[in-house]
Amino acid sequence: MELAIPVEQWSGAVGTVTLGATAEQGGTRRRTLTLGGESTLPFLRLEGAIPNPPALAMEVLDASPEKWPEPLRAPFGNVLDDPAAWAVKCVEEFGADAIVLRLVSADPQGQDASPEQCAETVRRVLQAVSVPLIIWGCGDNDKDNLVMPACSQAAAGERCLLGTAVQENYKTITACALADGHLVISEAPLDISIQKQVNILLTEQGLPLDRIVMYQVTGALGYGVEYAYSILERTRLAALTGDKMLSMPMLSVVGSEAWKAKESWLDEPKWGALERRGILWEAATAALFLHAGSHLLVMWHPEALRLVRAMLTALQPA
Amino acid sequence: MALTAIEVYKHLPKSNCGKCGVPTCLAFAMKLVQKQASLDQCPEVTEETKQALEGSAAPPMATVTIGAGDRAVQIGGETVLFRHEETFHHPCALAVRLSSSLPPAQLAAGIERVEGCRYDRVGMLLGVDLLALEDAGDGSLAEAAQMAAERSSLPLVLMSTDPQAMGAALEHCGAGRPLLYGATAANLDAMVALAKQWDCPLALCATDLHELVALSERAGQAGYGKLLLDSGAKSLSQLLNDQTIIRRAALNKKFKPFGFPTVAVCAAEDPAAQMLEAITAVAKYAGVVIVDPLPDEYLLPIVTARLNVYSDPQKPIQVEAGMHEVGEPTPESPVLVTTNFSLTYYLVEGDVMASKVPAHVLAVDTEGTSVLTAWAAGNFSAESIAEAMNKFALAEKVAHRALVLPGGVAVLKGKLEELSGWEVVVGPRESSGIPLFFRQRGWVPR
Ligand code: B12
Ligand code: SF4
Repeated sequence: MELAIPVEQWSGAVGTVTLGATAEQGGTRRRTLTLGGESTLPFLRLEGAIPNPPALAMEVLDASPEKWPEPLRAPFGNVLDDPAAWAVKCVEEFGADAIVLRLVSADPQGQDASPEQCAETVRRVLQAVSVPLIIWGCGDNDKDNLVMPACSQAAAGERCLLGTAVQENYKTITACALADGHLVISEAPLDISIQKQVNILLTEQGLPLDRIVMYQVTGALGYGVEYAYSILERTRLAALTGDKMLSMPMLSVVGSEAWKAKESWLDEPKWGALERRGILWEAATAALFLHAGSHLLVMWHPEALRLVRAMLTALQPA
Repeated sequence: MALTAIEVYKHLPKSNCGKCGVPTCLAFAMKLVQKQASLDQCPEVTEETKQALEGSAAPPMATVTIGAGDRAVQIGGETVLFRHEETFHHPCALAVRLSSSLPPAQLAAGIERVEGCRYDRVGMLLGVDLLALEDAGDGSLAEAAQMAAERSSLPLVLMSTDPQAMGAALEHCGAGRPLLYGATAANLDAMVALAKQWDCPLALCATDLHELVALSERAGQAGYGKLLLDSGAKSLSQLLNDQTIIRRAALNKKFKPFGFPTVAVCAAEDPAAQMLEAITAVAKYAGVVIVDPLPDEYLLPIVTARLNVYSDPQKPIQVEAGMHEVGEPTPESPVLVTTNFSLTYYLVEGDVMASKVPAHVLAVDTEGTSVLTAWAAGNFSAESIAEAMNKFALAEKVAHRALVLPGGVAVLKGKLEELSGWEVVVGPRESSGIPLFFRQRGWVPR
């Protein structure tokens, strides 16, 4: 019998989204980052193009992460209480494709930083690095609605990715993105119909498809990753079979999920060397998201990023 | 994949004689596809029809058993390309390979280590399933196989392309039905003969997909069907592409030569790269994944990834709802409430155990969902907790009236106190905070 290579004829493709704007485009980024564009399944070379490899962003918190375990703090030295210096290290030393600035300081339960303070941090980080910036709110809807407009303005023209728009709270952030030339993260709680619904809400407000990145709440390896895995696979298949409203690139949060897992920090000799465990847990979690179809991973540990980068290289055809 | 009743009906005699126990051939066909009847209940069916129907009803991918006895593992028999379409049925087997030329003491230590690679996770023991012995080509395989058969309860994988070495090793461990890895274009006939003689599964080791088709057809012609496939992929990219082609050809095209589970040998030098290679193989269709004796911190993510990818997307793993005892609690011991999602329950149980304070844990039936998921869905509410407290007679099991609530659902406190009459104590958000929480409350180990 002759083997006929079983190719699929997909009717659709993943859309592309470009983060960051250069000087000619009205921003100050020296690099932009294009996500998506595939007309095939992840890393599969049988039936379609993969114009842009998945990208790896690193996350910077605007308040020093007191609870981070030692193996996670170690590579950062003394920059963890300076978001701008932290971001520089991620880009220059660790090779991050983009920076996620997470505005944890805005949390009303915590430091409750003012919108102006957050905007100032945004300005400083933008000045310090030349890669695209992802600005992520603290998760408190009311506070984010105050913080995001200030940050968006401070970054006007930079084509930043703003997060996150959820079903119950999407209007302010979308308006900011439209006013200042940014993109939006559309978030849903592991539910494909809600994801589609949020995407529709954003587009109805006037945001074009090529300015939306999808984010389904994630779980770490061993802690619900399988749900996210299947949601990502189903979303990719929906894009390939022509569902435009689910065709945007997808983002996955890896670092914060993976380091929450006990396996990353608990002193348990049966599980092997503690200094490596969190790094490997993060890299393993990332690998699953990539195979499920994610386009942009938000990483914490530089060594995990390096391992995943090497895996991406190995997944390029020879 | 499976035939429809109409397709089956076309093959039946269409005489509606009723001898099969139902009035018409069509009714019988319907019973057949629902697996409520078997073909031999129809006395009129011809031998040809039998073959035609059995052939097309055969599953598109064979299920293959490696090993014998308690620890034998079944792989293959998969029916879908994506887990959400149904589920993946047989978790891939993880093998750790040791070189046959290791000095005896080291080999013994290696075997002991592989044997002990078992990790307790959410009430299950996860670990390595197979012990692979790689022929160093120096005549050492037979002795290594002898030692492995004596010292290990794990089914073996014999990795050799030398039929003579394989035959000698089988003399020591053949009864355990090891996986023979494997048959190449050069040795296929001899390997098939050994596989037949010892009734062992046989892996076909090709250099590319086309050669793999040829090997599979030759094995088929030789009348052997307990096969595994290795396309000989040289890179991670090729591994993923080959595995996908094999799975698609078997399932979507019913391409018989590929209707078997696959083997992926992970060989990246850097242990972390090898771990990611193994996770790629787990996610993308391998039936057996062979790795080096990696340290525990590398094996644990691999077995966890396998657990996740192979879990049933339709029904989460659950524990029995009701009162569970951790340690040996007395009526004075603390009572905690959580859900019956096994991940949630066992994390809580593990952390209570770590505190060394014996306790009662009430698992509320949330249809196997986590605390916040169940809370969001409305089935971990003040009402459902109060109901479970009654149903499982909490008041009779303990002398005090204080219940510890997960910190994530602190909002339920007021309503639950009202409904139950108990004092509700808000615990930490993460169960890992339980030991400290107990100490702060003055609940100390007995
Ligand atoms: C996987 C998942 C799902 C899976 C279900 C998995 C399952 N079997 O439960 C699916 C996809 C089905 C799902 C569905 C939904 N989900 Co959901 N899901 C998650 C996810 C990603 C992980 C949950 C998980 O498994 N956690 C791990 C377990 C072990 O955590 P846990 O049970 O909370 O236990 C911990 C603590 O609570 C504590 N603890 C537990 N018991 C006890 C007891 C005591 C005494 C103490 C002290 C501590 C303690 O210790 C444990 C370990 O730290 C989370 C987000 C996240 N990353 O956490 C969202 C999340 C829980 N889901 C959410 C939502 C909204 C939903 C949906 C309602 C969405 C929708 N509309 O479809 C549905 C509802 C489902 C339904 N209708 O049945 C929200 C809840 C938001 C909120 N706070 O209200 C979350 C937080 C996501 C989000 N940020 O939006 N979900
Ligand atoms: S016994 Fe056979 S021929 Fe007779 S009705 Fe049943 S299926 Fe038809």
